[in-house]
Amino acid sequence: MISLHNITKTYQLGVQQLTVLKGVSLEIKAGEFVAIMGQSGSGKSTLMNIIGMLDVPTNGQYIFDRQNVEHLTSNAQAEIRGRKIGFVFQSYNLLPRMSAVKQVAVPLSYQGVSHAVRLQRAAVALRAVGLDDRMQNRPNELSGGQQQRVSIARAMVTDPAIILADEPTGALDSKTGKEIMEIFTELNKQGKTIILITHEQEIADYARRIIQISDGNIVSSGHHL
Amino acid sequence: MNFLENIFNALATIVANKLRSGLTMLGIIIGVSSVIVMIAIGEGAQRGVTSRIEEMGTNLLIVTPGNSSQTNVRGSAGGGSNTDALTNDDVAVLEALDGIAAVSPEKSGRKQAIYGSNNVNTTITGVYPTYESVRNFHIEYGQFITKENNNEFARVAVLGQDVVADLFDDANPIGKDIRIENNIFTVVGVMEEKEGQGFNSGGNVIFIPFTTAQMRVHGSRSVDSIYLSVTDADKMDNMTDEVQFALLTAHQISDPTIADFSVLNQADTLETLNEVTAIFTLLLGGIAGISLLVGGIGVMNIMLVSVTERTHEIGIRKAIGAKEHDILWQFLTESTLLSLAGGLIGIFVSFAVVAILTNKTALEASVTMDSILLAFLFAATVGIFFGAYPAYKAGKLNPIEALRFE
Repeated sequence: MISLHNITKTYQLGVQQLTVLKGVSLEIKAGEFVAIMGQSGSGKSTLMNIIGMLDVPTNGQYIFDRQNVEHLTSNAQAEIRGRKIGFVFQSYNLLPRMSAVKQVAVPLSYQGVSHAVRLQRAAVALRAVGLDDRMQNRPNELSGGQQQRVSIARAMVTDPAIILADEPTGALDSKTGKEIMEIFTELNKQGKTIILITHEQEIADYARRIIQISDGNIVSSGHHL
Repeated sequence: MNFLENIFNALATIVANKLRSGLTMLGIIIGVSSVIVMIAIGEGAQRGVTSRIEEMGTNLLIVTPGNSSQTNVRGSAGGGSNTDALTNDDVAVLEALDGIAAVSPEKSGRKQAIYGSNNVNTTITGVYPTYESVRNFHIEYGQFITKENNNEFARVAVLGQDVVADLFDDANPIGKDIRIENNIFTVVGVMEEKEGQGFNSGGNVIFIPFTTAQMRVHGSRSVDSIYLSVTDADKMDNMTDEVQFALLTAHQISDPTIADFSVLNQADTLETLNEVTAIFTLLLGGIAGISLLVGGIGVMNIMLVSVTERTHEIGIRKAIGAKEHDILWQFLTESTLLSLAGGLIGIFVSFAVVAILTNKTALEASVTMDSILLAFLFAATVGIFFGAYPAYKAGKLNPIEALRFE
């Protein structure tokens, strides 16, 4: 499903060049539950952004679902992000001033789904993450854990093949973190590919495969258990 | 995301940022309303000028002594600016022309008129009975100067409303005797009310028979001016030439450039004045248009700020599948709606301003449908044009850079 060949990413900081990824090659198959582990600054977030087509690699080849991403227009990439990938961020990244149910319906609006169907599917997704009674609340009226559930519902609502989660429990206490991880485990059982970025071993242990990244290189690509 | 939803979302954003939206719209409101008001003032002036001239009588030719085209050249053949150049013979010549409905010579001068202990300094004008129809100025009650009055050098007078007020304190003056110079005149009629033209109030006048004016009051056989009404309005230019030719022949002048009289065509005057007021309107509208342009730049400014402020939101939307055109439309809809709303409010404001202007000042302003349409379309164009760059910029934002922006 996802295939990276010798991916590098270099940032130009003034006259200085900073190479964050130094030739990463990686295969992730459909249905896997992968944790990408590394210290901060190891390049794991950059790797996730490239996988999610939010960022482009400096060099190397990225094949997503048999398509060479390099040859896709920005609109085609947006289409893939919308339909096949769901994002969950450490800081939730919810839209302000928007109720949970409308929030979750936004991705569907970019796919031409009618208003009524959108709200219906958003409600289903929110129920799946246990927020039946928080549909009309805005982000600032929700706890951190509830906000992260909203963002998971938003990632799931389009029924994507892959969910990319960047430190999804980073801002939560350990009990809420566990609840969130159980949702991911459940989603994986339903057949979704989950790619999880974390620096915590405890969180990584929920995954069935752990990839270690350090200083821009993959040091251990693990095996699917 | 369909069109209606786009509009709904944009409205929600506009309402969420009330102060900022209001200030942005203010620029457009001022721009649109000043364009409409300025054009309304221009149009009002134009209508005023037109109606005043039409009030003076349509199809009108005016013959005056003196040559308007060479006032500085010492006159020949009777003198270029000789005020005695027109005579009763000229009146007869013009009366004999085909295509002239009526001829009305005038002989005027300022004199004192006295009734009892009241006196007034006013214009004493000698006229033919044709004056009423040619100058479109009619009797209110009593009767006007008749042909017989002229034949008999009668001492009868028709008073303007101002004179009635000054001499008779608005009492009925018919049958009363007034004194002008050393002649006693019997009042036979009173003119209708008429708006003033220039410095002369239309009501401050006394009409007496033309012959009486020449013989008894102003003591001169010359004619001050001759007003002609032309039968066919389409033949104004033609008749101007014919009148010119007839008088040149009568005065035995072969070169029209040294004529001792001028023929003024009312239609030409109207046209010239309309051209002037049209330029005036264009000028006012143009100046106001600049304020609309400035308002448009205000919209662009705010939209650029808005894009920067919402960069993170744009990043989120892109991450969850928004395409470039989705973001572009979101911002373009917002700027267009802001401008359209500003335009609508501006139209209402302009109606209010015009109403105040016409009630409280002497200005006659009238809002025209054209100016409303023009200003509104201009406002919409401004919104789209100045919203386009910020919207394009928003659409092109790199998703990860936008997401990282806080």
